[in-house]
Amino acid sequence: MGCSDQKCGCENSNELVSLQLKVPANDCGCQTTSDGPVPTSKRYIIGSIQTKASEIPQISTRLDWKDYLGAFKVRWGIRRDYYRVDPGLYAIGIPNERSDVFVTANYKFTFDLVRKNLFGMNAWLLVLNTKGVNVWCAAGKGTFGTKELVRRIQLTSLDKIVIHRQVILPQLGATGVAAHLVKEASGFTVIYGPVRATDIPAFVQANYKASKEMRRVKFDWYDRLKLVPNDIIYNMRYLLAMLIVISVLSGINTNGYSIQQALRNIIPIAKIVAAGYIAGIVLTPLLLPYIPTRNFSFKGLIIGIIVSMLLFLNHSLDGSLIVNLAEIFFISSFSSFLAMNFTGASTYTSLAGVKKEMKIAVPVQVIFTALAVILLVLEIAI
Amino acid sequence: MERLRYFSEVLTLELIQEKCNNCGMCVKVCPHEVFEMKDKKMYIVGRDFCMECGACKRNCPQGAILLDVGDGCGCAAGIIQGAFNGTAPSCGGPDEGTCCN
Repeated sequence: MGCSDQKCGCENSNELVSLQLKVPANDCGCQTTSDGPVPTSKRYIIGSIQTKASEIPQISTRLDWKDYLGAFKVRWGIRRDYYRVDPGLYAIGIPNERSDVFVTANYKFTFDLVRKNLFGMNAWLLVLNTKGVNVWCAAGKGTFGTKELVRRIQLTSLDKIVIHRQVILPQLGATGVAAHLVKEASGFTVIYGPVRATDIPAFVQANYKASKEMRRVKFDWYDRLKLVPNDIIYNMRYLLAMLIVISVLSGINTNGYSIQQALRNIIPIAKIVAAGYIAGIVLTPLLLPYIPTRNFSFKGLIIGIIVSMLLFLNHSLDGSLIVNLAEIFFISSFSSFLAMNFTGASTYTSLAGVKKEMKIAVPVQVIFTALAVILLVLEIAI
Repeated sequence: MERLRYFSEVLTLELIQEKCNNCGMCVKVCPHEVFEMKDKKMYIVGRDFCMECGACKRNCPQGAILLDVGDGCGCAAGIIQGAFNGTAPSCGGPDEGTCCN
């Protein structure tokens, strides 16, 4: 989104922005108005460096407790959309006109990770306006892209601040950035660095060559575990919707409707919904590579069936045998749906693949849910 | 660690070797080691692992990579969100901020 964008409302924000951060005057600072509030605390700014172009804020490479608390909060999905820093150029250590320029996104979680790994270096950090989204997702959307990079290089007058003509990008930014077009438009050569910020020191030491290992995206057990808290919170709407809908419907009986009956059913229903939720959001992602089939929704279905069968065999499911069967169908279908949603968090699914998967999975989920409903209707009718 | 695979039969990735000048950019940007340079010539060696992120195609100055990147990421939640809004797959939230980590 350029500054000319009507939604930006920049004209009212110039003063505010210039007070907050010394961004060049021609950068209207759309981010402050159109993208919601930026964190007021800028504790990471510890000084400033005077350059030929402008005064550049100098930032710390040490994270403090508030940064770690912020990271913890966004892992749990708390105010995640507003966890951002102002785009622009920052100084790490005491950089000069020969120092490296690293490029990153303005999601503060990403920004923190990068500055932490630039510890001990003298470098420039160019932060693009990705609207508070991490590098890879933003690159997929094009906000971490050729246009924004070229624009940010010009806005910060990077050509006056450094005498070399190269910028180092995280490899995953390549989805949105065309290196040859950046060179054409700005004169700067794009060097793709490692996937992970933790590899930056080794990358620099290896004379700016990213090894095979540094270029590979992984998705190991710990990577998946880190995603679980956010998914628990993010999908809570489905959990609550299921709980409410099923509880309300559970008041239906042969005499009409009983609110007392619906209220009595809330706890047992919560148990069933929670079982499907845990199966789809916690167990399936954690066990991902060990569950047969490549299909996420079938992985979720399998775990859902296992979990519900275990509950059944443990006599933990309430109601008659027919109700139990309905519960098994429901848990499996709910788990399958939630596991399907994990495709987006994974690091190896293609859009075409997900569409193919959904074509089979959604009907299966609908059929399973329908079977559960039919069984419950039978139970009432009998 | 074992490499995770998704559906390879729907992938559209292709390398047109007549156009390729073997610059090696695709090797540098691919997150799944799909390309490999052998005897100064570029080959697709891990097609099954392609996730169609589009990094290679975007960074190929020769236009030697054919890939239908599509409109959005490999994310079921995004496809559902898009279907509800009647748009292309999107992450939703204020200015699309709630996507994956």
